[in-house]
Amino acid sequence: MIVEIGHFALILAFVLSLIQSVVPIWGALRHDQRLMAVAPPVSAMMFLLVGVSFAALMMAYVTSDFSVLNVVQNSHSAKPDLFKITGVWGNHEGSLLLWVLILVLFGALVAALGRNIPPELKAATLGVQGWVTAAFLLFMLATSNPFIRVTPPPMEGQDLNPILQDIGLAIHPPLLYVGYVGFSITFSFAIAALILGRVDAAWARWVRPWTLLAWLFLTLGIAMGSYWAYYELGWGGYWFWDPVENASFMPWLAGTALLHSAIVMEKRGALKVWTVLLAILTFSLSLLGTFLVRSGVLTSVHAFATDPARGTFILGILVVFIGGSLALYAWRAPLLKQGGLFAPVSREGALVLNNLLLTVSAAAVFVGTLYPLALEAVTGEKISVGPPFFNMTFGPLMIPLLLAMPFGPLLAWKRGDIYAVSQRLYMAFGLTLLATLLVVWFQGPQQILAALGIGVGVWVIAGAVAEILSRARFGHVGVSTGLRRLVGLPSSAWGAAFGHIGIGVVMLGIVAVEAFQVEKVLTIRPNETVTIADYELAFGGLVRRTGPNYIDDVGHFDIFKGGVKVAEADPAKRLYTARRMPTTEAGIVTFGLSQIYVSIGEVHSDGGADIRLYHKPFVTLIWFGCLIMGFGAVLSLFDRRLRVGAPRPARVRAIPAE
Amino acid sequence: MTRKQRRLTMIAAAGSVLAVAVGLILFALNDRIVFFQSPSDIVAGGLPDGQRIRLGGLVADGSVQRGENAQVRFKVTDTVETVDVVYVGLLPDLFREGQGVVTEGVIAPDGVFRADNVLAKHDENYMPKEVADALKGKGVWQGEQ
Repeated sequence: MIVEIGHFALILAFVLSLIQSVVPIWGALRHDQRLMAVAPPVSAMMFLLVGVSFAALMMAYVTSDFSVLNVVQNSHSAKPDLFKITGVWGNHEGSLLLWVLILVLFGALVAALGRNIPPELKAATLGVQGWVTAAFLLFMLATSNPFIRVTPPPMEGQDLNPILQDIGLAIHPPLLYVGYVGFSITFSFAIAALILGRVDAAWARWVRPWTLLAWLFLTLGIAMGSYWAYYELGWGGYWFWDPVENASFMPWLAGTALLHSAIVMEKRGALKVWTVLLAILTFSLSLLGTFLVRSGVLTSVHAFATDPARGTFILGILVVFIGGSLALYAWRAPLLKQGGLFAPVSREGALVLNNLLLTVSAAAVFVGTLYPLALEAVTGEKISVGPPFFNMTFGPLMIPLLLAMPFGPLLAWKRGDIYAVSQRLYMAFGLTLLATLLVVWFQGPQQILAALGIGVGVWVIAGAVAEILSRARFGHVGVSTGLRRLVGLPSSAWGAAFGHIGIGVVMLGIVAVEAFQVEKVLTIRPNETVTIADYELAFGGLVRRTGPNYIDDVGHFDIFKGGVKVAEADPAKRLYTARRMPTTEAGIVTFGLSQIYVSIGEVHSDGGADIRLYHKPFVTLIWFGCLIMGFGAVLSLFDRRLRVGAPRPARVRAIPAE
Repeated sequence: MTRKQRRLTMIAAAGSVLAVAVGLILFALNDRIVFFQSPSDIVAGGLPDGQRIRLGGLVADGSVQRGENAQVRFKVTDTVETVDVVYVGLLPDLFREGQGVVTEGVIAPDGVFRADNVLAKHDENYMPKEVADALKGKGVWQGEQ
């Protein structure tokens, strides 16, 4: 019964989304208040209905209702309760339902919180959001219905893919989806602006908090996915340039460009046409990511099922939305007036450079991700484009971006003075030089590349700190006034500084791991020890343990430093009994910012085991850096200026941060 | 600077970034990609020495020999031809005899394939797409279980 209610709610939501697609936009074009007033309550209703639907599916999972096909295929009665819940989105149908749930949540949030948005823009935005909702609900109902029953119901389910039974999976997809789908709002705003033929600085201000929110979650989602792959897949890598990772990285790059170009639009009224295009492109890349991941054209942990009908359907959605929005853009964008002249050396100029490098690097990732698919479709030849390609193309494009980063925020609007800015960065430059020389001094001249990489990281961080200090005018007003001014800076200034510091920290982590990590692969027998970096690991042998739905062969390691025991690690080979599927559970011990990483391979008959052992110096900086970036985004979201509707008097409760 | 000069500066800057990017991408596509080969392709020869390739096929039954310190020897077959592979490292969890596998590395002069990467599978039903297609070509593909 509950399952049928969920199914019915989904159908009702689809009908409402059709109404939403037409009525408010019609009203906005005719300036009819009554038609436009339809949008907010319908948005709320759709959220409620999809919420009911999602709750119904979750109920089916929690109660292990094996009369539902989706539950049979992806759950097991012995599965821990937490993974019964997270298993709802650990499969194609359920994860789409989560996608749509977040889509309608964003619609409802705009309806509820966007009170200072002009009624026409708001109605049209919600209408466009209705198109996206309708397309995905139709997709679900036609090809990916999670509520299909099976008769007769089997006694037991087939369990969830074991590597998805992990707390990382509980968090990663919802974060990533809020990011992906969050950009739908920016897209809807852009399309609505094109339909209404009007974009101004205020538009950028209304869009900015939504972009920030989406960017924040996408950043955290990507970082979470990276950490999950690091500890769960057992190969100790944090980024593989896997097509599925790239699928989430491309919208991130475009979204980052959008965040920056929207600043120019808000402050100076320039780059309007470009910003609207970026908003369209960012969500198009999110849709492309969904297509790549869900259609089965790529084989990966994310490709749950390969049903050609689904692939074709998503491709259809992709073509209609991307093609349609770009056509609309080509038709309407010339109506938008350009404004705000600026010299090449200026804050605007720096942000244009930022946009140029970010979009071009997104294009490089795009080529590397899709070229193998295109080549195979055209010539049948199979190739793989891996890290060497991306290191060759993406890397060189990032270096000028990172080098230029400290200059941008210090340059004045309209016309900047590069010499004056350089003077304010001399401390940062000194620190960079010092860090580089120290690395060469301690690690030897053969590590010159690593030293330069560390230097770039320090440059970005020190540059961001220098910018904050120079805003408070420390050099001119003395320490106590400087401190007071520091506290009084707008929180978006702090947000930008933390965003940039986060990038620098990620850079430091990547360079340290790539240059200085130590790897050992060996066979170890009980009571033998192995030395790595400053640590000695003593192997205590393997013990069998039984978990709720798996059996572990746990290898016990005592870790010593200078003869003193400092930690223990318990890596395991795990066998999930329902699917007879083995997984590797890495043993990870954190010392400060560095980690020791042990994973077990083949177990020998004499009690020995093949192990892979890493010392990964400063590896945690990679994920801490992402958290710092996320913190920056949160600070920016709390900026007072975003709460103030540009052309009208302030109304405080108008943004999602509350 | 006049308006026209400003615009030209911007266009020149954008143009040069684009040119560099296109150059990098073309160079990398020429140089940094890895072709997929079946054992038959390799036995047929014609590969330049030291060329990195991806070798895919089935792990031949009874061919896996484990040595000391995680050294593994096995044979990859497409049922027509067979290639010896040496790999040092931990094999993916779902590496099994009779199952599909993709390995990446170079062919040594002695004809043995030295793999530095054996690709992990995420699911027991998952057959790498390249392997499935190559086996279909040889007429031994039975379809997804």
